[in-house]
Amino acid sequence: MNIIQILFGVLSAIAIFSALMMVTSKNPVYSVLWLIATFFAISGHYILLNAQFLAIVNIIVYAGAIMVLFLFVIMLMNLNKESEPRKSRWLKIAGAIAGGCLLLVLVAALKDSAVDGQVATVNQGNIGLIKSLGKELFTTYVVPFEISSVLFLSAMVGAVVIGKKE
Amino acid sequence: MPITYYIILSFALFSIGVVGVLTRRNAIIIFMCIELMLNAVNLLLVAFSKMHMNAAFQAANLSGTAGTDGQLFVFFIMVVAAAEVSVGLAIIVMMYRNIHSVDVNFLNRLKH
Repeated sequence: MNIIQILFGVLSAIAIFSALMMVTSKNPVYSVLWLIATFFAISGHYILLNAQFLAIVNIIVYAGAIMVLFLFVIMLMNLNKESEPRKSRWLKIAGAIAGGCLLLVLVAALKDSAVDGQVATVNQGNIGLIKSLGKELFTTYVVPFEISSVLFLSAMVGAVVIGKKE
Repeated sequence: MPITYYIILSFALFSIGVVGVLTRRNAIIIFMCIELMLNAVNLLLVAFSKMHMNAAFQAANLSGTAGTDGQLFVFFIMVVAAAEVSVGLAIIVMMYRNIHSVDVNFLNRLKH
């Protein structure tokens, strides 16, 4: 059991525990904070896989921008209290059983897949660094990159049009 | 690290997101569970890109760019998720203004 396996186990445990706490906590602000913890654990996984660019982008975009937007909306609408009406217990149990069955079916389907025995290289390889990703992004994928700017523009216009007062 | 571990971890995170969508009624938390599912898929794409790179190295193809596509897909998923969040939160704010609640059960008749 070397250091990489220990790091993988710890990061996985943090990610799954934070995700479970995000789903089960009553207060929406706590849910946002647990989801940020999940994103940090996933960023740790990216660093372990030597994808430094995606790790930094994950922290800046998800944990920095998107989650702060969620917090703003929750606090502007004054939802930071435990105001969710009680849902019937059977519905929660049914939802948990359905999700568990989905997990079971997916893991069982993994048994016959062709990826058995394949290995994801950790801690080496330079395809996740900014140099190679940027070269690929601005040569092969330059058209989708430019189109994404149009997507952002339309999202901005859409958010302003939907959010403005009548 | 065997790819199976990463696949099972991503499945677990995705299933937790599905359970959250099924059991919660707060629209913002449902939205956050969708973000969690997107992140599970991102993690799986990065792991598969490193697996692809490893396979290319095993085949003695040392050009070094195999697997870059997967990480660029993750980048574009993040771009789309950011745009989606801005529009979705605007819709939730509008919904709160109209019905003074973010409970999705008030919306199941698609009228008010």
